[in-house]
Amino acid sequence: MRLLDFLKGERKKSASVAKERLQIIVAHQRGQRGQPDYMPMLEQELLEVIRRYVKVDQDAINISLDSDNDCSVLELNVTLPNDVEDAKR
Amino acid sequence: MAKIIVVTSGKGGVGKTTSAAAIATGLALRGNKTVVIDFDVGLRNLDLIMGCERRVVYDLVNVIQGEAGLKQALIRDKRTENLHILPASQTRDKEALTLEGVEKVLADLAGEFDYIICDSPAGIERGAQLALYFADEAVVVTNPEVSSVRDSDRILGLLSSKSRRAEQGQDPIKEHLLITRYNPNRVDDGDMLNLEDIREILAIDLVGLIPESEAVLRASNQGVPVIHDDKSDAGQAYADTVSRLMGEDVPLRFQLVQKKGLIARMFGGGNRR
Ligand SMILES: Nc1ncnc2c1ncn2[C@@H]1O[C@H](COP(=O)(O)OP(=O)(O)OP(=O)(O)O)[C@@H](O)[C@H]1O
Ligand SMILES: [Mg+2]
Repeated sequence: MRLLDFLKGERKKSASVAKERLQIIVAHQRGQRGQPDYMPMLEQELLEVIRRYVKVDQDAINISLDSDNDCSVLELNVTLPNDVEDAKR
Repeated sequence: MAKIIVVTSGKGGVGKTTSAAAIATGLALRGNKTVVIDFDVGLRNLDLIMGCERRVVYDLVNVIQGEAGLKQALIRDKRTENLHILPASQTRDKEALTLEGVEKVLADLAGEFDYIICDSPAGIERGAQLALYFADEAVVVTNPEVSSVRDSDRILGLLSSKSRRAEQGQDPIKEHLLITRYNPNRVDDGDMLNLEDIREILAIDLVGLIPESEAVLRASNQGVPVIHDDKSDAGQAYADTVSRLMGEDVPLRFQLVQKKGLIARMFGGGNRR
């Protein structure tokens, strides 16, 4: 039946595209759940500071807060461009 | 003690009011003393769907502000025994609802009723948060469509953090997924998310599947909750949903493409969908 699919012009069904997009969105939203309200602002401002020095994309920064009983860890991941020297402003 | 169930969605226009009216009516038809409250201050609609718009005298805001007693504001449903409606205010600003006020109204109703159904406004702001804050259970109304599913997930976040149960560390709100406006033909074509996909993405229990149905518009035109139309697919699907909310195990219907029978094909349709 592959050939038939091919002849019909195989195209990814829009519903499966929707599903993939939603899985990513929901995973992201759930990662942010229970975080303090200041996190989006903090993320935005950190990004601005980093961008003063290095050219990075909007989604190059990933910030998360993990809490145990008696300590919290703020984890910040920044994906720098391959050639950091080039990216310098 | 009454069970408080919020009907919520985040996204607007997905079928909250239709569902709240049908579920409240269904619970009352099954012998439960039930009240359904319109939390959509400024945009009241529930009275129209319930067909009691001409009998609204006082509303939720009047009660909260002490201008009317609960007994005066509650409207007894004409068709269904055991069913009352508490309408929303048409005109006042949304600030008129206070957390303390809502708490008091719900506490007073809890003494009288088995089920309190809260019809939430759209959005995730104050009105929606007030409607869900005191809930024991939530019916999350979702259409098979990306923005509705995303908003439902936002609401799930609120249910698990910004509710009385969450803040007081009690058992969490019981979350139910209600998929509405489902069209099996489009699912078959691969152009509509299927129910398994939605259930998998949101990861909560399915309490009902309501097909896209002409019966819904007919019902709202007449001001008769669609569950009274027990010949219709949507009416039957809501009846199943009510049974599941009451803890019964009912098999799912209306998820598959309806094959037309020979007679129907010969006479060109005629099946009530
Ligand atoms: N299963 C269905 N089949 C067909 N039409 C439907 C169905 N459910 C709801 N509708 C239609 O969708 C529209 C919106 O429904 P409804 O008012 O119940 O949504 P809502 O979520 O309460 O909206 P709002 O966010 O504005 O309060 C109405 O016109 C209604 O008739
Ligand atoms: Mg509504």
